[in-house]
Amino acid sequence: MLKNFLTPDLYPAMPEIFLLVMACVILLVDAFLGKAQRWITGALTLISLVGCALITYQTMDGQVVLTFSNMFVDDLLGDFLKLLLYLAVIVVLIYSRDYLVARQLDKGEFYLLVLFATLGMMVMISASHFLTIYLGLELLSLSLYALVALDRDSPRAVEAAMKYFVLGALASGLLLYGMSMVYGATGTLEIGGVAQALHLGVANKTVLVFGLVFLVAGIAFKLGAVPFHMWVPDVYHGAPTPITLLIASAPKLAAFAMAMRILVFGLFELAQHWQSMLMLLAVLSIAVGNLAAIAQTNLKRMLAYSAISHMGFLLLALMSGVVGPDRHFALIAYTSAMYYVVAYVMMSLGAFGVILLLSRAGYEAEHLDDLKGLNQRSPWFAAVMLALMFSMAGVPFFVGFFAKFSVLLAVIDAGYIGVAVFAVLFSLIGAFYYLRIVKLMYFDAPSDAAPLAASPDMRFLLSLNGVAVAAFGLFPDALMTLCTSALLRSL
Amino acid sequence: MSSLLSLAIWIPIFGAFVVFACGEQKKLARWTALAVAFAGFAITLPLYIGFDPAQAGMQFVEQRPWIPLLNIEYLLGVDGISVLFILLNSFVTILVVIAGWEVIEDKVAQYMGAFLIMSGLMNGIFCALDAVLFYVFFEASLIPMYIIIGVWGGPNRVYAAFKFFLYTLLGSLLMLIALIWLYLSSGGSFNLLEWHQLRIDMTPQILLFLAFLVAFAVKVPMWPVHTWLPDAHVEAPTGGSVVLAAIMLKLGAYGFLRFSLPIAPDASHTLAPLMITLSLIAVIYIGFVALVQADMKKLIAYSSISHMGFVTLGFFIFNQLGIEGALVQMVSHGFVSAAMFLCVGVMYDRLHSRQIADYGGVMHRMPKFAGFFVLFAMANAGLPATSGFVGEFMVALGAIKFNFWVGFAAATTLVLGAAYTLWMVKRVVYGPVGNSHVAELADISHREFLFLALLALCVLAMGVYPFPFTEVMHASVDNLLKHVAVSKL
Repeated sequence: MLKNFLTPDLYPAMPEIFLLVMACVILLVDAFLGKAQRWITGALTLISLVGCALITYQTMDGQVVLTFSNMFVDDLLGDFLKLLLYLAVIVVLIYSRDYLVARQLDKGEFYLLVLFATLGMMVMISASHFLTIYLGLELLSLSLYALVALDRDSPRAVEAAMKYFVLGALASGLLLYGMSMVYGATGTLEIGGVAQALHLGVANKTVLVFGLVFLVAGIAFKLGAVPFHMWVPDVYHGAPTPITLLIASAPKLAAFAMAMRILVFGLFELAQHWQSMLMLLAVLSIAVGNLAAIAQTNLKRMLAYSAISHMGFLLLALMSGVVGPDRHFALIAYTSAMYYVVAYVMMSLGAFGVILLLSRAGYEAEHLDDLKGLNQRSPWFAAVMLALMFSMAGVPFFVGFFAKFSVLLAVIDAGYIGVAVFAVLFSLIGAFYYLRIVKLMYFDAPSDAAPLAASPDMRFLLSLNGVAVAAFGLFPDALMTLCTSALLRSL
Repeated sequence: MSSLLSLAIWIPIFGAFVVFACGEQKKLARWTALAVAFAGFAITLPLYIGFDPAQAGMQFVEQRPWIPLLNIEYLLGVDGISVLFILLNSFVTILVVIAGWEVIEDKVAQYMGAFLIMSGLMNGIFCALDAVLFYVFFEASLIPMYIIIGVWGGPNRVYAAFKFFLYTLLGSLLMLIALIWLYLSSGGSFNLLEWHQLRIDMTPQILLFLAFLVAFAVKVPMWPVHTWLPDAHVEAPTGGSVVLAAIMLKLGAYGFLRFSLPIAPDASHTLAPLMITLSLIAVIYIGFVALVQADMKKLIAYSSISHMGFVTLGFFIFNQLGIEGALVQMVSHGFVSAAMFLCVGVMYDRLHSRQIADYGGVMHRMPKFAGFFVLFAMANAGLPATSGFVGEFMVALGAIKFNFWVGFAAATTLVLGAAYTLWMVKRVVYGPVGNSHVAELADISHREFLFLALLALCVLAMGVYPFPFTEVMHASVDNLLKHVAVSKL
């Protein structure tokens, strides 16, 4: 019996294994730490993430390696996204420290749940099997539900967690249902196997398309695309700001990987079906996101709606990779999608970072009016926020412009000029609420003269974040080329 | 490969960050800004001196890869059409810095820095030959202007700043789609010069022309999308109005010459009647609107729209006189409108009012100022021997060549322009001293004398001897006309 037991090749999954071990170690260590030594947990968490980054970087060789009976894949796309993921989580941890300490939320659970969420995202990114995707997704989601309710005395947070949980469970159910259809039609859940079955034409297409609808719905929920967006504003608004920061950044990378693996790697043959679904989702997201954001007075809610519209743009890019007559442009479409996600994560980290910067003990700076006169309180961070807002609006020279530009390029190449015009007109509407933020910071007098109380490391990192948004706007090529080559070596 | 153009773009922009670093040290910020503005202007002088007027093509070309993945290049170059605007822009920047010297007391470093950044970006617009690079500069220049209007502007500044930004963005976003379409149909190139050779069918040409029209018409601004301009001008601080009128409006007109005419020549010919009609409406109707304005800045804003109507008219009558006249008119309007806004600024700094009714008999209290003001008003009205006359006369001649009645309608601007400008001058400068505030006015300081005298020199020199200006543009305009005359179908 032992003869049939094959030890899986653990090497490709080294970062995941390392993170799991470290998470268990931190769990144990934290149990023995008092309140005063909590910083050790934080430091260990950061060290684990840096360790993961080193391992991922060391084992990155551009080969596509499958392991665990083809359930897990290690490729350049995964490695690249994971490196960005670590970076995003590290930034989240550093941005949130002061806030959590001031509110006595810096419990060991926070760090552990963040680590488990990270692990879940890593598994999602590296999944080459529908069940692996599901495993990673659930690990991520369950950690996030708990994180949203971290501040258990806040009724708003608990309500948000409940809402997130119920809707998230529904979405997971939809996803599983879709997966079961795929299994029924193709007899396999391996992504490569499904693609092969489709290619050979042995699968029952009717069942598959039926399953596809559920899969797309599940993905749309995770991305927060209209009409599966209901949770986004409430969760962004209700969760403590550091958790919003986490939800708004890193999981988008994982969701992008999930969409790529399922739709492009697995169900490419059904492209014409999912393409029209994505287009509908994208158009609705852009419209609803931008229109609803105008009406918001809460900054976190506004950014939530803006996230919805950004995900619409991402879906537009994913959608347009299929019909291009020229493979070069198909690649550009996926590159633009990936670039858009990376740019969005960068901008979203910065924007929520500024909210955290303005918050202090007993004071949540989450209303639009809290930004009033920031230019007089701190010209530098006002400039950082200005860069972030114009970048989100898609104005050059910031990274957001090239993200939108490359998506529009892909969309027009796919022949949807009408959709491009629509997207452009709604980003004009979107520009209004970003401009309003700039107006509050620059044109209005401050209503609050308290000096900014943030630690130097956070100030430094946030400054770097702002500079990065401008630098990648001036020199977008490096990042774009990285995205292209990661995709090219993994497709 | 010289990098003069790069320097002309980036010296002001990097200089701006040095100025920002001065923070609250106002004096240091002012002097640094002035030094940067002078350096920026000095670097553009070799462009004029080294420019070969006999050559029609691009000069001082710089070419580097920027985003190789999408074949986007950092491609710069100037021809006879664009070189003058780079000089004009860098020159106006110096004036703006001097004009804001003592007037701006709040956030001086940011004020000066914003203007320097804008100057660099606008130089970029005039010399970018890669469409994405052009677009990036074109749109990025909205940011500093938005801030300038919004922070240092008048009471209704927020409304004006939003209107300015969103209006212009609307136009440029549609242009972006046209640019991407051209990229795809040219087989993956953003090079403008290659686009000029591209064959395009009639329907796409018309659509492209309309997309460009939206972008550039808003910027020029042409009737009926001009409504943002009076608001922006009235609310902007003096420096902002100067840059808006002298340079920003020219961007739209420049866009017609660089994009619409050469890329879609057949559509340009087909739609020329529409363009001529819109231009004539701007010239005549807006001229009448200017006549009834009670606010001096608003009056000059409407007069700018009317003058820019003359420019677009000159472009779409497709003859040498028309286009060259329009270009001369653009440069001249750059001087004259800058001067007019500076004059209003001088008065506003003293009385904090722009209403014509609040003045009267300024001549008695400010004789030196009155002299300048009357001179610039005459130039605005197109008096011979001032720069305003040359361009208007050339365009009017060209228009009469094209069609007598078009020329006739256009020439009414000479009457209307004189009417609204001189009537304003009469009410503000002449007559008995209007009220006790006017009676306390002090004449212009050395600083104010300096920038007004500089502009007066330019206006007169260009009016008496326009040859150095027309000489530069002759070959390029000739080339453009030949290009436009050939169908691309």
